[in-house]
Amino acid sequence: MAYLNISNVDVVFPSANGAFIALREVDLTIEKGEFISIIGHSGCGKSTVLNVVAGLLQATRGGVLLENKEVNSPGPDRAVVFQNHSLLPWLTVYENVRIAVDKVFGKSKSKAERHDWTVHNLHLVHMDHALDKLPGAISGGMKQRVGIARALAMQPKVLLMDEPFGALDALTRAHLQESVMEIQAALDNTVLMITHDVDEAVLLSDRIVMMTNGPAATVGEILKVELPRPRNRLELADDPTYNHYRAEVLRFLYERQRRPEAA
Amino acid sequence: MEGQTQAIAANTERQPPSSPPPPMPAPISPARQRTVAIVRAILLPSAVFLLVLAVWTLVHYQVTRDIPTPVEAWTQAVAVFSHPFYVTGPNDMGIGWQVLYSLGRVMAGFALAVVVGIPVGFLMGSSRAMHQAFYPLVQILRPVSPLAWLPIGLLVFQAKDPSAIFVIFVTSIWPVIVNTAAGVQAIPQDYLNVARVLQLGKLEVTRRILIPATLPHILTGMRLSLSVAWMVIVAAEMLTGGIGIGFYVWDEWNNLNVSSIIVAIGVIGLVGIVLESLMNLVQHHFDYSRR
Ligand SMILES: Nc1ncnc2c1ncn2[C@@H]1O[C@H](COP(=O)(O)OP(=O)(O)OP(=O)(O)O)[C@@H](O)[C@H]1O
Ligand SMILES: [Mg+2]
Repeated sequence: MAYLNISNVDVVFPSANGAFIALREVDLTIEKGEFISIIGHSGCGKSTVLNVVAGLLQATRGGVLLENKEVNSPGPDRAVVFQNHSLLPWLTVYENVRIAVDKVFGKSKSKAERHDWTVHNLHLVHMDHALDKLPGAISGGMKQRVGIARALAMQPKVLLMDEPFGALDALTRAHLQESVMEIQAALDNTVLMITHDVDEAVLLSDRIVMMTNGPAATVGEILKVELPRPRNRLELADDPTYNHYRAEVLRFLYERQRRPEAA
Repeated sequence: MEGQTQAIAANTERQPPSSPPPPMPAPISPARQRTVAIVRAILLPSAVFLLVLAVWTLVHYQVTRDIPTPVEAWTQAVAVFSHPFYVTGPNDMGIGWQVLYSLGRVMAGFALAVVVGIPVGFLMGSSRAMHQAFYPLVQILRPVSPLAWLPIGLLVFQAKDPSAIFVIFVTSIWPVIVNTAAGVQAIPQDYLNVARVLQLGKLEVTRRILIPATLPHILTGMRLSLSVAWMVIVAAEMLTGGIGIGFYVWDEWNNLNVSSIIVAIGVIGLVGIVLESLMNLVQHHFDYSRR
């Protein structure tokens, strides 16, 4: 049995003109330590899949098993990095991470250990210089870093990221991608990441899950990315294998699953 | 002299075209800018103030001599403020006491409004059913003139002080309710999702998410509420009597002591400003979005 098992998930939203079938029979198994990207056109249902795994949304049919236990409510073992950071603006950078640390390790770690663990995780994302800043006083990229630190600090079984770098400029995005690759290499996290950036998907993933267009979206193809790690974006730019993977994803997105409005 | 200036002008004209473009007007130094800003901040309001004094004086000479001149009012103000806390009898106290009694009633009514209004606002904001239940009542009662409540208060409480406090309460509670409810409704779903992922308990969600997230709205509601309360107290006290700045105005009117009324108007305005600034301070201290 796989580490994380998404089996036969249907999600139906009630709507004014009848039921809206968002997902139909989504099936996916993920091994421990794997880095999986979900890619697909806007509105196809990527966030819906992630929310079902997070437990924030109940599947209409089918379900999710994590280490053979059914997931039916949210919990810190499936930490989420939200699309727009969602830091609590009245808490400092430190407190935003500390609230998660206190919740998860309140019983198992001493106060001093929890402090060290909070600072350690902020250090991982290079944000330990701004512990006392409020989110309003730091840049978008920094907020996203803190959001990642908060999720890492929960030591989740699965790290769920919903377009974590979507709102960032290309340079900041590249920096954060490097950080995530370093951290994943060091900690061997199991990661499920949503993206709509083809390069990001190929660079970071062990497998890329390509979704068909909605309604009733499902897994279209799964591409195994067998590039050795650590990966370097500059070296890969001229690597034929890398470009082959890239082309595969592009072909899926723009030939097989053209945007409905572009078709 | 004239020839010299001409020569200089001619000289500048003859500069080769490759020279840098004519200099921009010299930038004003920051220090100078600040001086200008200060002078303006003082001059402009002073001009308006003088204009008001002029109209006021004109009213005295052209409309009715019953309105005192600014000088007469000033003399009265000096007299009133030289003994603000005198007590010569239960109905004859200095203006300081009048203000304090009024503030006491305002604070009592305001505190009640806050204590009742915040929970009601939370209920309305967090539950659809509660919103549907309370919304029509709020909409109907909100625009009712404060003084329409006074007879009800007098009948129910059979006493002046509680009636005045009741009027304050019932007119100043609406901004608290409406703003609190709006604040709760405006909490982004993301914050609540964070709470769900962290598995925060109901109490923790309230303490760590709901209250801080709505605090800016609540404080705005409280600020509006307090200024309404202070505005209403004068009218309420005019009708109920007793010690208080409102009754003071009424009393001086009966004595045809118009100078004192004008002094009282100034005092009411000043106290209003003080209350507003205090609320602003509180807002600065507790409101993350303003820090
Ligand atoms: N709560 C909801 N009620 C009704 N319909 C919903 C709800 N949430 C999502 N949908 C619909 O389900 C479909 C999938 O939405 P989802 O947010 O998962 O897309 P997405 O792939 O994440 O898009 P994007 O790339 O733009 O984030 C969309 O058509 C959306 O309108
Ligand atoms: Mg999405």
